[in-house]
Amino acid sequence: MYRGKIKHILGDIAEGDRVKVIKEGKVYNGILMPRSELGDSRHVVIKLENGYNIGFNIDNIKIELISVREKKKKEEKVEEEYSRENRPYVSILGTGGTIASKIDYVSGAVHPAFSTSEIVNAIPELEDIASLKTEIVFNILSENMTPEHWRTIAREVAKAMNKSSGVVVAHGTDTIAYTASAIAFMLSDIPKPVVLVGSQRSSDRPSSDASLNLISAVRVALSDIAEVVAVMHAGSSDEGCAIQRATKVRKMHSSRRDAFKSIDSLPIGEVRGDKITTFQEYNMRSEGEVKLDDRLETDVALLKIYPGFPEQLFDYYIENFRGIVIEGTGLGHVPENLISKLEEARNKDMPVVMTSQTIFGRVNMKVYSTGRKLLKAGVISGRDMLPEVALVKLMVALGRFKEYGEVRSFMERNIAGEVSERSLYNTFF
Amino acid sequence: MQVKIGFEIHQQLATKKLFCSCPGELTDAEPDARVVRRLRPTQSELGEIDRAALDEFIKKKYYEYEVNNSHACLVELDEEPPHEPTEKAVDSAIEIALLLKAPVVDEIHFMRKLVIDGSNTSGFQRTAIIAFDGYIDTSQGKVRIPIICLEEEAARKIKQEGNRVVYRLDRLGIPLVEITTAPDIKTPGQAIEAAKKIGDILRSTGKVKRGIGTIRQDINISIEGGARVEIKGVQDLDSIPWIIKNEIERQKLLLDVKEEIENRVRKDKIKLKIHNLTDIFRKSNSGIIKKALGNRGRILGMRLQGFSGLLIGRLGPELAGYARVKAGVSGIFHSDELPAYGIEAEEVDEVRRNLSLSEEDAFVIVAERYAKARKALEAVHERALLAFDGIPEETRMVLKNSSSKYMRPLPGAARMYPETDIPPVVISPDKLLWTESNLPELIEHKAKRLEVDYKLNSALAEQLARSEYSELFEKVVAGNKKFAGFAASVLLSTLKELRREGFSVAAIPEEKIEEVLIAAERGELAREAVVEVLKFLCEKPESRIETVRESLGLKGFDEDDLRELIKDILKEKEDFIREHGKAAEKPLMGVVMKQVRGKADGKLINRILREELLKFPGE
Repeated sequence: MYRGKIKHILGDIAEGDRVKVIKEGKVYNGILMPRSELGDSRHVVIKLENGYNIGFNIDNIKIELISVREKKKKEEKVEEEYSRENRPYVSILGTGGTIASKIDYVSGAVHPAFSTSEIVNAIPELEDIASLKTEIVFNILSENMTPEHWRTIAREVAKAMNKSSGVVVAHGTDTIAYTASAIAFMLSDIPKPVVLVGSQRSSDRPSSDASLNLISAVRVALSDIAEVVAVMHAGSSDEGCAIQRATKVRKMHSSRRDAFKSIDSLPIGEVRGDKITTFQEYNMRSEGEVKLDDRLETDVALLKIYPGFPEQLFDYYIENFRGIVIEGTGLGHVPENLISKLEEARNKDMPVVMTSQTIFGRVNMKVYSTGRKLLKAGVISGRDMLPEVALVKLMVALGRFKEYGEVRSFMERNIAGEVSERSLYNTFF
Repeated sequence: MQVKIGFEIHQQLATKKLFCSCPGELTDAEPDARVVRRLRPTQSELGEIDRAALDEFIKKKYYEYEVNNSHACLVELDEEPPHEPTEKAVDSAIEIALLLKAPVVDEIHFMRKLVIDGSNTSGFQRTAIIAFDGYIDTSQGKVRIPIICLEEEAARKIKQEGNRVVYRLDRLGIPLVEITTAPDIKTPGQAIEAAKKIGDILRSTGKVKRGIGTIRQDINISIEGGARVEIKGVQDLDSIPWIIKNEIERQKLLLDVKEEIENRVRKDKIKLKIHNLTDIFRKSNSGIIKKALGNRGRILGMRLQGFSGLLIGRLGPELAGYARVKAGVSGIFHSDELPAYGIEAEEVDEVRRNLSLSEEDAFVIVAERYAKARKALEAVHERALLAFDGIPEETRMVLKNSSSKYMRPLPGAARMYPETDIPPVVISPDKLLWTESNLPELIEHKAKRLEVDYKLNSALAEQLARSEYSELFEKVVAGNKKFAGFAASVLLSTLKELRREGFSVAAIPEEKIEEVLIAAERGELAREAVVEVLKFLCEKPESRIETVRESLGLKGFDEDDLRELIKDILKEKEDFIREHGKAAEKPLMGVVMKQVRGKADGKLINRILREELLKFPGE
């Protein structure tokens, strides 16, 4: 978007119009391009006839309109279903993010794209695997997801499950793990696979991971793994995808294709080509009906403890929230001066759940005296739950139960694979 | 006849990589990791995918990338977004543009240019226009330079085996300046002049890489009535006139073929009908045929109506080139060259009978497994049809003998779209002004100046000006112009010889070479010992000069020691001196030098020797 002085100079000339730029007696013909958000407000960007963009300082040039932008006539019919004989249906729900976007090659801007025809067009191999139904639930960047969005997605997944052999949810990668565990807690007796999938490289790139991830996700959606899982690249190579349990998966790298790792757990399995191999037990596909309970209490906080953590912050949280998950140090500790605050919370029947910022490993508050004091103050052990998973679970627990004891018991029990009894040697790096 | 020649010059810049902080160097070390990727054709602006490209993809072509942690990071692996463009690289590109008299753009925008041969892990090359409308002057007129780009170098291809192509990531991302000339060059002589001139301008900056592979010239050539042909892989300037001459010749021959074939036959008569001729060759004595048959191969052939006599030395190599590239066969046989290669006249006759050929018809046979041979003949047919158009637009690879071979059709207009991960780079007027007023001395000017200032002969001066050591040279001889000749010979020939002998001269930092030369200039180090010291430094580049001298036993005679030694020698050679008188000086000098072995300066020895000779009793 051009603003201020440039906007004034451009007058009627709009982005996409063909223009003539005159600089120091030389004439450059091209198309006026939108301004990058990273750019300053003194330059206009022109796409030259050779395809290159360059920026002109508005003070150095004269700019004239040649012709206005040609309006695209297309707006093709959006086909919502692609069926192929003998191929079972997979529902693909679009929620936004890189995987559900396509590039405008002119401006470089990324737009949502999620009609079935668009997907099949982009990844024709899908035709050979399944019949597809697609639906755009909404289109937002995953950092903008809220618990309200989780509920919508869970409801849509439950609906889609009745109409197909498996459900795929295309999602932005930043918060895929939160959404995945929310669905895992809200749905029970899940009879079919629910697969969350995203991509770390946008699909305009020949090197994008979107197609392999989506193809693998559709394969998993047809498998007998009746759980909520995330399916993303297993390694940096385009050799296969890992199938990871919703409540154990975490985004562990800001940019790599294989950013998603199972924490304190092996992946459920992997997809290589058309073959699925599993590494551990999972719930098998069944005939039953899925149950949905999408109640949530969103006034729950996740606090990361650090040396010198200000005591008074707790006052705020105790006053304004209904539950707290703590990301403590090591085995699950906080500085001793905070313990009285946690007692205060307990006295108000406010659940406080301890997890560890080491991410890997189990909380154990019995080893050191600080831990024992925390237990005495009523802090609930998050055991080997990931902090983010504990947050989502506490929202669910507070949404469902009024009594502190019920909430506590829900938090301590394994509900969706988030808590395990054994810590295995081969699950760390 | 009008000939149009243009260049595309790619020059690596001597900075770290363009979009990360990896060194811009190559490595031969074992890779630390290998990553396997595939590149998928993407949708076009219209939302379509090129089905042919997709079929290729589905055929499972895959790329293996060798990762050396010292030379590549997540950016090269397409696992991390590019960092901001390296400022020094941008600055060097601007400097080059200004030297080529090309106005620099106000703001640089990097684009993504789709390339899916695997040489870029992302599937695109990042490239930006830096400047427009430059030019150079040659003795035969102006050569325009419409566009100067700054882009990232591609990954280094290591090998290709079937569907697997192996690249190394060390080269990916090295900054590259691309200079494209207009087709203004009219003769091979002008071409070499232009290439030299651009090369000199690039080297004048002192900011470009030197050595094999750091500069690449592609030559575009078209003759009247022809089409543009791009020749890649030109490594040395001297071959340029030969490459051009050969290509003009080749294009002329192809125009002749077009004219002749059009007189003989209509294009639509050239049918693709493949015959299995294996039975004719069951008992062949040809090694190639025997080998193919032993390998469960077949001999397939086809008629080329009307092509007799047009193949040998003309269309034949083109047909073979298509068959090689498109079907992967090692070659074809055509009737113009047979009987030969152990194929007998009777077999040729039998083939002609079998294919019912007339005098004017030619045939092509291929000895390979069935599917491959078939594909080869399809390629031959495709190329034979193109003969009616004259010269097909194509990309060719230069060969050792300055001829060239077919590589692929000329790529169409590249698909390009904005690189949104990199913010635009504003070129401030201050930076431009500063660069403009600090442009380096051009090599041709420098050569003239060195010649005059240091009384060097013009060839030496030019060589020095072109060399990477010209600045070092001037530093060393600044206070003592008499030292210029010696310094020049060390920098130009001694180092070169050492390199040739396998010493790793590149390991010695420039400051060390400077130190050695300054020590020699001050007489602290004998000139004769410089080679030995440099050799030592090749092994242990960080050593102090003092240490080197000690290790080599070059601790140096002081004047008194030297005088004693010379006196002793003179005593020993008394008879000789009596006999020869003054003429003994030269031979005696040799004797002393041998004993001193570079531990003292020759001039000093000579002075003392003279003095002592004069004092010598009996003289």
